[in-house]
Formats: sequence, structure tokens, C-alpha cells
Amino acid sequence: MRVRALAVRIVNQFLRDKRTLALLFLAPLLILSLMKLVFGGQAISPVIGIIDAPAALTDKFEQLNAEAEIVLYDNYDIAKAALQAGELDAVLQAGSGIPELMLEGSDPSVNRAILLLVQNATRIEGGHNAPVVNYLHGGPDLAPFDAFGPVLIGFFSFFFVFLLAGVSFLRERTSGTLERLLATPIRRSEIVAGYLAGFGIFTLLQATLIAWYSVHVLGLHMAGSIGSMLLINVLLSLTALTLGTLLSSFASSEFQIIQFIPIVIVPQAFFSGLFNLDAMNPWLQKLSLIMPLTYGADAMQGIMLRGEGWSDLQLDVYVLIGFSVLFALMNVVALKKHRRM
Amino acid sequence: MRSMSDVSQICPAIELQDISRAFGKRKVLSGITLTIPKGELFGLLGPSGSGKTTLVKIMTGIDRADSGTVHMLGETMPQLKMLQTFGYMAQSDALYNELTGKQNLAFFGAMFGLKGRALESRIQYAAGLVSLNEHLNVQTSAYSGGMKRRLSLAIALLHEPKLLVLDEPTVGIDPVLRKSIWRELVHLTKQGITIILTTHVMDEAEKCDRLGLIQNGKLIALNTPEAIKLNTGSSTLEDAFIALGERAGERE
Ligand SMILES: Nc1ncnc2c1ncn2[C@@H]1O[C@H](COP(=O)(O)OP(=O)(O)OP(=O)(O)O)[C@@H](O)[C@H]1O
Ligand SMILES: [Mg+2]
Repeated sequence: MRVRALAVRIVNQFLRDKRTLALLFLAPLLILSLMKLVFGGQAISPVIGIIDAPAALTDKFEQLNAEAEIVLYDNYDIAKAALQAGELDAVLQAGSGIPELMLEGSDPSVNRAILLLVQNATRIEGGHNAPVVNYLHGGPDLAPFDAFGPVLIGFFSFFFVFLLAGVSFLRERTSGTLERLLATPIRRSEIVAGYLAGFGIFTLLQATLIAWYSVHVLGLHMAGSIGSMLLINVLLSLTALTLGTLLSSFASSEFQIIQFIPIVIVPQAFFSGLFNLDAMNPWLQKLSLIMPLTYGADAMQGIMLRGEGWSDLQLDVYVLIGFSVLFALMNVVALKKHRRM
Repeated sequence: MRSMSDVSQICPAIELQDISRAFGKRKVLSGITLTIPKGELFGLLGPSGSGKTTLVKIMTGIDRADSGTVHMLGETMPQLKMLQTFGYMAQSDALYNELTGKQNLAFFGAMFGLKGRALESRIQYAAGLVSLNEHLNVQTSAYSGGMKRRLSLAIALLHEPKLLVLDEPTVGIDPVLRKSIWRELVHLTKQGITIILTTHVMDEAEKCDRLGLIQNGKLIALNTPEAIKLNTGSSTLEDAFIALGERAGERE
């Protein structure tokens, strides 16, 4: 009852603030569109598995002095399994006859690099037997943006909800309304639940709009179901919401909320899959495990590029729910600073 | 012989025992002991920064004393269930500016568990009391200072509290309206509602049943307005407080 009244109040406040609404809904779309227009490729070192490789061919790869790592197999099934597990970027079957190349396919820039390399290697060999190319995921027309678009979708949902939730809760505190609210019999947990419900409505709308726009207007590759995409997006936003309100307890002005962006948001962008982390110290790479965006981005990529279903997503879903619950409980405790009962 | 209900009847509205409060090293309140019986209209006076707001916040459990005890209607404070008992009007108008006056009232009403027709009729009563009926559907950001103050007062009255704690309720409200608000406050105390308010206005202080004067965090006088004037040999409350303030200053 109180939770509902609080949620309704938040909705009403938002409806009055057209600019903030626009920020929440349109800014992610604008930035996604810009990124699609702007983004190019990057340097890559793919791992290629080769089956039945004639010595001449491996020599050719050596000669080309490629950045690629070559792993030799003598059984197609083992190589295919490694490809599915993500250990390989491609498998080249190069016995007698026409070579067959199977690409993992999720990362278009890796695809392009491998295609170029294999074409060069096999051309020197004979000239006319260009390989037959297959894709495990995606296809030849997957663009770079298709690959990191899913990460960006997660990132922007997270970013804008974090900012808005942080600022709203801060205003509640600095305007004195939190003190007045805490002078009513509302429980601390009801305040947190009310915020979750009120923002949850906008979060759901935002997630729907972003998903629809990315797939139907920007034409991002979409292998999975839009329902799972929505689920992940909403969960990610709820994590952002609870984290935003929690951190706003440690800020005393809107400006100090902005200061959390380089500390909390930007590192997550670096760690969540926008950039290749292979070159980083493995110990440092582990940092990504405590970042909610890692799980959101992983799930979004899985859904959109590889069409992953529930069995692949459930771990990410549980971890995101875990983060939200943890942050929400911490919020309830943090409110003790203002009222102990 | 007294029955149980008589015992709860005689519990004072507020009972403070030896309350002290410091912010960091600064002592703001020291050793305040004060009992306010039910149905009293009690006024707290004192220079700016003397600790009036801090004291009323401690009474309601919004702030905590470093030492000393607070009882409200016989219950040890702070307590969650007691928040239903009193209406609090803060010194600053804590309103949701994006919302209309009515939405503000409805929101706080819901916090006190009011709903449906009861909520609607309480909103009409409280808004009527402060003459805001015609402005209920206007966004509060478009309210004047006095209108915000009145809305804030209306919110405190909304859930028919037995105890009203009002921190400078009439600042920025015009004399005509102020008079009618005071008439209503006096009327409420006649129904057994206790009102504790802070004020800087002497003609308001005159209307209180009893006054407490705070200076530098100490309660330096506690009596009816007439007795305070009599004891200091002053013809007006203003002179009485100046005299009391000087005496307290000399003793320190
Ligand atoms: N949260 C706080 N942190 C630090 N100091 C505070 C805090 N709240 C109040 N004070 C200090 O306590 C003293 C008493 O403040 P209080 O607000 O109770 O005064 P007041 O009597 O209500 O004054 P006024 O008539 O101006 O409203 C002031 O000196 C103020 O600076
Ligand atoms: Mg004050």
C-alpha cells in the first residue's frame, strides 16, 4: 500500500519532468545510433584449429608471419567441440580436395581477419581451391556493430538508470523530503521497494524501447528471443537502480553523483566485453567478476549473437538478481543512517 | 482508585529527561528536562541557533539525543509505531515540487495509511484549514512561499494526529490567514490534541498555554506567558525574554 503510493509518486514526478524522461528513453537510442555510424575494427590475433594439415600449409602460415595461433587436430569432432566452447575462432579442414573453413562467427572483425589469412595461405598452395566457408554463429553479413551492440545496449540501460536513480534519491535527501518521509510510519524496506517499483516501470519501458530500436531500426543481428533480451535488460537496470540509490547515500550533491561515473561506470565498460581483455594481467581480469555489467553484457551477447536459451543464461540471470538483492538490502541498512528503526 | 485507562490518560504527551545533544564537539542541547501534558499548546522560543529545531526533532525521534530519555504518551522513543501518532511540520517545506498540492497530500496521506474516501475528506479538511482548496491541482513548484508553508502544515494535520509538532508553522503567512490558522490550532487543543510549536513571533507566544525559553541549549524559563511577565516585572513578553536572556548570560 505504502509501496504502491511511493511508486505512484515517483511515476508522477517523472511524468512532470519531460527532459529527464527524454534522457532516459532517447539518449541511449541516439548514442547507439552514433556508435553504429562511427565504429571501425581493431587488431586481432585469432586461434585457428587445423585438421589433417599438410606440412606445406602450416609452413605457409609460418611464412605469412600471421598474428594467428595455430592448433593442430587430427579429429574433426574434437576441433568442433573446441570451437563451440569458444577456445577456437575457426576450424580449417585442409585434407585433400577443397578446404573447408568453419568460423565461430560472433566477432565480425575476427571473421574478416581469419578469412583474409586463410585465403592467402590457400592461394599460394594452388590458386583455384578457395575454401568453402561456414559459420557456427551469425553469418557473412555480421558487422562489427552487431558484435558489440549487445554490450552497448546493456551499458546504456545501466548507465542512465544509475544516474537517474542516484540523483532522484539524492534529491529526496537534500530537499528534506526524506526526513519528512521518515517521520511517517513507512518502513525502510518499503522505501527501497517503492523506489524499485516506481523506477521498475520506467526501466521496463526503457528496456523495451531500446530492444525494439536496436533490432528493428538499427537492424542489429538477433539470433535469440526478444523476451530474454528484455529480461536481461530489466535485471541489469534494477542492478543499476539499487546501486545508484546506494551510492547516492555517499554523495552530497548532484555533482558528486557525476563523480561516480569514472569510478563505477567507466571501468565496467572496459571490463564488460567492449574491449578484448586477453592482453591484461589475468589477475586483473578477475576484477570483471564483481561487475554487474560483465554478466549483463555476456548474456546480451549470448542472446543476440548465439541465440542462447535459458540453460546458457541462467547463471547470468541469477548473478544479476543476486546483485540487485544485495544492493537493495544494503540500501535498507544505509537508511539506518537517517532513522534507526 | 484509578483504572488502567486513567493511567494512560495521565501520561504526559511528551516527557524529556536530561536531554543532551552535541554535533561533533559543539554542544547544542544540555540537560533539558521538560514535561508537556496532553492537550497543552506549548511554545518553544529562543534565539536563532539556540537548539529549538534540534529539540523538537529529538521529541519525535527523528533525531537522537546523546544522553537522556524521551517518552511520548508513555512510550519510550524512538519507536516505529509512534510515528503514526504525531504530525510533524519541519522548518523547511519538504515538498515534492514536481507534484501538485493534492498529489503531495495524497502521497503523505497514504504513508499514514489513509485511502479512498477517508483520504479525500481529510485532504479537503486539511486544505480548507489553510485555504488551499482552489490551488490543489497546481504544481507546488508554482506555489508562493506562504502557500508552500500552508501545504506543509496541511500535510502535518492530515492523519488526525493526537500530537502536532510544528517548527515555525506560520513563517511567511499573511496576518489574516495566520489568525485563522491560530484559531484552528486553539480549537484543536480544546479537543485534547497536544500542540508543540516553535516561534519567533511574540503575539503568537502570548496565545500559548505555556512557554519554554531556550538559550545556548539550556532551558532558561518554563512557565505561562503571564507568570513569565510577572516574574520579570515586564509589561510585554518581548521585554521579559530580553531580561531573562540577560540574566542567564550573566550567570554563565
Ligand atoms: N545536522 C547538524 N550538524 C551540525 N550542526 C547542527 C546540525 N543541526 C543543527 N546544528 C547546529 O545546532 C545549533 C542549533 O540548531 P537548531 O536548528 O536547533 O536551531 P534553532 O533554534 O531551530 O534555530 P532557528 O530559530 O534559526 O531555526 C545550531 O548552531 C546549528 O548550527
Ligand atoms: Mg529551527
